[in-house]
Amino acid sequence: MDVNKNTYIFGFAAVMVLIVASLLSVAAISLKPLQDKNVEAEKKQNILSTLGIEVSREEAAKVYKEKITDSYVINMNGELVEGDAFTIDLGKELKKSKESQVFPIFESQDEGTTSYIIPLRGKGLWGPIWGFIALNDDMSTVSGAVFDHKSETPGLGAEISLSWFQEPFIGKQIFDGAEFKSIKVVKGGAKPDDLHAVDGISGGTITADGVSDMLDERLSNYLPFLIEKRNNTLESAVDTLLMDSTSTAYTLNYLR
Amino acid sequence: MSKKKESLFSTKNRKLITDPLNDNNPVTTQVLGICSALAITVQLKPAVVMAISVIVVMSVANVVVSLMRNLIPSRIRIIVQLVVIASLVILVDQVLRAFVYDVSKELSVFVGLIITNCIIMGRLEAFALGNKPWKSFLDGLGNAFGYGWILIAVAFFRELLGAGTLYGYPVLEKLGLYELGYANNGMMILPPMALVTVGIIIWIQRMKNRDLIES
Repeated sequence: MDVNKNTYIFGFAAVMVLIVASLLSVAAISLKPLQDKNVEAEKKQNILSTLGIEVSREEAAKVYKEKITDSYVINMNGELVEGDAFTIDLGKELKKSKESQVFPIFESQDEGTTSYIIPLRGKGLWGPIWGFIALNDDMSTVSGAVFDHKSETPGLGAEISLSWFQEPFIGKQIFDGAEFKSIKVVKGGAKPDDLHAVDGISGGTITADGVSDMLDERLSNYLPFLIEKRNNTLESAVDTLLMDSTSTAYTLNYLR
Repeated sequence: MSKKKESLFSTKNRKLITDPLNDNNPVTTQVLGICSALAITVQLKPAVVMAISVIVVMSVANVVVSLMRNLIPSRIRIIVQLVVIASLVILVDQVLRAFVYDVSKELSVFVGLIITNCIIMGRLEAFALGNKPWKSFLDGLGNAFGYGWILIAVAFFRELLGAGTLYGYPVLEKLGLYELGYANNGMMILPPMALVTVGIIIWIQRMKNRDLIES
């Protein structure tokens, strides 16, 4: 058989493509449910870890149910809209215009304090980066942050997924008084007393800038919601203070 | 048919494995696969993962192409080789993603790099197309190990000197070197230093074996 005849070459190529294509599609389709389960469990794991809870992938679903007490979706004006916060694909949302985007929020109530977890997504050097950031009920103090990436360089940009990079976010403020400041990742290291900055990564500046931009862009969409909640907590804080002062006055009177 | 059957591990076959480890190393002698050697040798762990994946892909691809060697039309052989490598890599990636998700995350970036690794195509083209499956398997194994050990050696020095850790473990901190005023060399984690490290390995190799020096 002459393997260099044109007809043979075409035949060979066609058969090869058919075999390879069917092999790969069978593999992709039959493994998809298992892969999706892994991705979903990982997302739950990530959300939980912003609350400081580390669980194995197997237990993630169970613990998630216990800890995440509420989740909802808002639009850019901070109004509630229909939708399942967990299944929203931010990658797709980001392609839409701001007005038609929806923004998911997860809530966790634990011993009287509420944490609000906001999912993030942005651009790294080679591909998308994403993460979650948890805010205290003052809507400004970060209580936890996780980041992950698709294809950043190991040892450089990929370091955003490690705890040494994520831990410094805890305790930072996204508001300075009433002004929205976000949190910047600073090349060359942040000043220790700066509440709005964390240390960057040597050799990973573009990814780190991506994290800064992502935080700024994503969080700014939640501003109406955050500010409203913030005012509520401030009011109630003032109320308690007032109540305290009246009771103090009573006590003082009584003592007299 | 009178030819005596060669034993599986004859001297010639053993040389297929040992040669690429040293005198005919794909990285230091043939200077192939440099791109991935620069990209993923910042830390030891990805280098080990990459080495293992290349060992698997290279030996299997060599066998597959060798089995088909009489059927492949020579005019489209490069495309055929590429298809074989690419589908193997994607298949492996899919399986890993379903069953060992953590490993697949570790591997994410390298999947593309494995496909473009010139050593794999080089071996398919130079060896598997003209040799029997078993020999091709040994050749693939040998070259992948030759590539792998260089990768791991480079990553060892870059991680140790650049970050002070080995496989994520803070060796230098435990040794107490930082208290003596030692500081990590940040330059080691940048790509150019991988090239310099490979250069130093080539230098040492040629010092030991003068036959490798071009006149």
